[in-house]
Amino acid sequence: MARKKDYMKPRKKLFRREKQLNRSAAGNSLLFALMIICGIFMALPLVMIVNNALKPLDEIYQYPPKIFVRNPSLENFSDLFILMSDSWVPFSRYILNTVIITGFGTAGHIIVASLAAYPMAKHEFPGKNIMFQMVILAMMFSWVVTQIPNYIIISWLGINNTYLALILPACAYSMGLYLMKQFMEQIPDSLLESARLDGASEFKVFSTIMMPNVKPAWLTLAIFQFQSMWGNQGTGFLRSEQLKPLQYALNQITLGGAARAGASAAVQFIIAAIPIAFFLACQSNVLETMATSGMKE
Amino acid sequence: MATSNEEILASVRKNSTLGKRMAKSKASYIMCAPYFILFFLFTVLPVLTSIVLSFTYFNMLEAPTFIGWDNYIKLFLDDDIFMVSLKNTLILAVITGPVSYMLCLLFAWIINEFKGKLRAFLTLIFYAPSICGQAYLIWNVILTGDRYGYLNGFLLRWGIIDNAILWMKTEKYVLPILIVVQLWLSLGTGFLSFIAGLQTVDKSLYEAAAMDGVKNRWQELWYVTLPAMKPQLMFGAVMQITSSFSIADVSIALAGNPSVNYSGATIVTHLMDYGQTRFEMGYASAIAVILFLLMVGSNKLIQKLLRRVGE
Repeated sequence: MARKKDYMKPRKKLFRREKQLNRSAAGNSLLFALMIICGIFMALPLVMIVNNALKPLDEIYQYPPKIFVRNPSLENFSDLFILMSDSWVPFSRYILNTVIITGFGTAGHIIVASLAAYPMAKHEFPGKNIMFQMVILAMMFSWVVTQIPNYIIISWLGINNTYLALILPACAYSMGLYLMKQFMEQIPDSLLESARLDGASEFKVFSTIMMPNVKPAWLTLAIFQFQSMWGNQGTGFLRSEQLKPLQYALNQITLGGAARAGASAAVQFIIAAIPIAFFLACQSNVLETMATSGMKE
Repeated sequence: MATSNEEILASVRKNSTLGKRMAKSKASYIMCAPYFILFFLFTVLPVLTSIVLSFTYFNMLEAPTFIGWDNYIKLFLDDDIFMVSLKNTLILAVITGPVSYMLCLLFAWIINEFKGKLRAFLTLIFYAPSICGQAYLIWNVILTGDRYGYLNGFLLRWGIIDNAILWMKTEKYVLPILIVVQLWLSLGTGFLSFIAGLQTVDKSLYEAAAMDGVKNRWQELWYVTLPAMKPQLMFGAVMQITSSFSIADVSIALAGNPSVNYSGATIVTHLMDYGQTRFEMGYASAIAVILFLLMVGSNKLIQKLLRRVGE
């Protein structure tokens, strides 16, 4: 498929040297100066997170405070591991919980959302428009609105205090279906048609033709889903200590006050670094998917 | 006898009733079913339940009792804290919503001038704060009220202030600081959509526009780029509006809940107070319904305005 985008091609030059249409040197310098100032503002807190994680305790409580670490050490991380090994529920259990919850939540969401996105993008059937309008409407309000009834419904389904209480609602996020549908729409019909002529059922067309062609979209769904589930402490639904995710356990450490300032700096670093690393790995796929995210009224 | 194509089509339409068309689309419905069953259970049903509960008194222990409009009357006439939180939410939304939207667009537009690795790096710098979970807790360290806080430390050293300021415990600083932190966090999905959308604008449009007399980058932006990426603009607006109305976690983490004299209270913190602390579910549902109407209403309004871009 000839859909290679500009940003996927390797480039040697960082700046365009050739004369550009409608670009003045004054405008360039103004906008790039603005970019640098705002870039520093955006990056500074992240730089502090990294530096704090590497600061020994005496540098964390230093006056006047310094942004950059002088004697970097991994002391904070080893403190964190000591705290972890002391915990009542073994820390590996928290990690396992997070893997189960985000793993099944992400996989379930991708399967369920793409299965529904395929007919929404490529079939005509009564009710399709209303269904899609409802999904768009659902993107217009946040989950806080439905928090209380969700708790009631989850108790009513009898899945309170199980992994399912976090996994099932996550499968039905509206943004995933929306992005997947928009991306599938640009897959040419001719590709599907040839498979249909060979007598393939719609499920077959979906699994053998459509899914392999929308890989950027499911990577994007995976990233977004991971981002939204990674921060979830599950406090509302999971009461058993053995079921709680890593995020909850890490947050308990940051609540430890001054004595644990070092370990909690390390925690902050871990919490921030993992989603960034995931995004970094899939950036070009995400951007390719977002190119089709537009709303065509 | 049907001779032309249109007549055949018309007769086919006549013969295919809704029921027949639905029966023919069986495969489509089966594929949609798993998603929409879950969507109904965890999105549609909760919204409807909220609306019903908002007309009741319900404390999770006894069965809900119907009390008519009482919750709404109490909200708007008796609940001073709700009025403060409504005011704060509107201030936060009216400032962070449009400003963050403009910033997303501006930075995406500038980043679009760069190529390759540098572009990927810049995208990451601006996007990262919105994805790293609770990274905003670092602002607690920056804003610490004693002289060990970064902000106080620097201001003291440069002689701008004489005494350390308790930033998040001083009413007049709370909202402005929340706005700054929220803006820092707000270059999210909409921003990515803009960056990607700018890439899809047809390059030949720019050349054609230059021939037609577009003289500088600002005119180019208004007459060519923005109209071409209108679908992304719509999508970005939904993302920014929704998140600017749901500010709560940041406020609770930095200012506490309740915050000093409710200076950081928002509709969502008020909702959490009644829903999770006081278990007055009927009242909390009324707050949720108001929030729902605010979010959906402003989304619809902005969508209307955005259709006019470049006209």
